[in-house]
Amino acid sequence: MAQLLDKEGHRVTVIDAVAASLRRLDVSFTGTVIAGDATDEEVLRKAGVGESQAFVAATQVDNRNILMAQIAQHIFKVPRVICRIDDARLGDIYEDLGLETISPAGSLTQLMKDKIVE
Amino acid sequence: MYILVVGGNRISRHLARDLLREGHEVTVIEKDAQSCSQIEEELGEICLQGDGSQVFMLEAAGAERADMLIALTDADEDNLVACQVAKNSFSVRRTIARLGNPQHKALFEKLGVDIPISTSSLILEHVQEEVPTHSLTHLTELEDNEAEIVAVKMLPNASGVGKRVNELSLPPDNLICLLIRKGEPPFIPHEDTLLQADDRLIASTYPETEEALMLALLGDASHQ
Repeated sequence: MAQLLDKEGHRVTVIDAVAASLRRLDVSFTGTVIAGDATDEEVLRKAGVGESQAFVAATQVDNRNILMAQIAQHIFKVPRVICRIDDARLGDIYEDLGLETISPAGSLTQLMKDKIVE
Repeated sequence: MYILVVGGNRISRHLARDLLREGHEVTVIEKDAQSCSQIEEELGEICLQGDGSQVFMLEAAGAERADMLIALTDADEDNLVACQVAKNSFSVRRTIARLGNPQHKALFEKLGVDIPISTSSLILEHVQEEVPTHSLTHLTELEDNEAEIVAVKMLPNASGVGKRVNELSLPPDNLICLLIRKGEPPFIPHEDTLLQADDRLIASTYPETEEALMLALLGDASHQ
C-alpha cells in the first residue's frame, strides 16, 4: 500500500519496529522509512504524524493498531485515521467509538461473496 | 465487588490475594498456562487462561457483571483495549490500567481509562520530592471537581519564607490545608502562621493555578 501511494505521488512515511521488514519495500519507493515503535508518541512526532493528512495502522496485531490509531486520532488530530482490526467483534466496538476500521478477512469475504452473486 | 484482573504476573497475584482477603470476588485472566496454574495453586480456581483483551474472553469471565477491571499486563496496548472493551461493551463501571510508557497517560485518560498508573511516574515523583529543585509534588487528584492536592517544600530562598499565610497572594480557590514542620506534629496553619524554611505545605490547587501557587509561595525560587 505504501508503494502504491508513493507511486501515485503522495508523500509516504513507513514506520516499522523491525528494520528488516522495511527492506522489503521496493527499491523504487521514494518515501521515508523509520525504524521504531509506532505506539510511542515521540517516534510518531519525529515521523511527522502531526502534519500528516492520513494515518493507517496496519500491523498484524489488533491491539497495537488500536493504540497507535487512537494516538494519531486523539493526540495528533490526524484528519483521516484507518485501523486494521482482524477480530470482527473488536472492530465493531471501535467503529462505535468513532474509529474507522478495516478487517482483511471481512473485506475478502465480502469481495468473494460479491463475485459469486454478481 | 466483582473484580476482573487482566494479566497474571507477580503484581496481579499479590493484588488478587489481597482483594480476595478483603472479601471481593476476583477472576484473573492470563495467557500463559504456567502462570495460571501458579495462581490457582496459591489462590484457588480464580484464573481463566486466555487473552483478557479479547471480547469473548471478557465475556467468558462474566465482564457484564464486573464492577471493576484492572489491566496489569506488560503491554500498554493490551491494557488499553481490555479497559475500553470492558467499559464500552460490558459497562464495567471502573477501569484501572498499568502503563509501561508514562506518555500514554493523557491518552488513556481521554479514552476512558479511569485510573492509568505509571510505575515510572510514581517513582519519579518520589525522586523529585528528594531533589530540592523540584519543590512541588502531586499527591492526589480529586476527581469530582478537578482539584488536586500537592505538597510544596519551602526552599530556604523562597519568597514566602518569613511571611505570614495571609500575606501570600494565593491564586483564587487555592488553600493551604496542612503545615508539616520538622520536630512538630502537622498542624492546620492560621492566617498569621509564619512560614519557615523547609516547611512542607499540603495545599489544594488546580492544574491551571499550580504555577501561580508556586509563584506565591516561592517567588523566583520556583523557577530553579
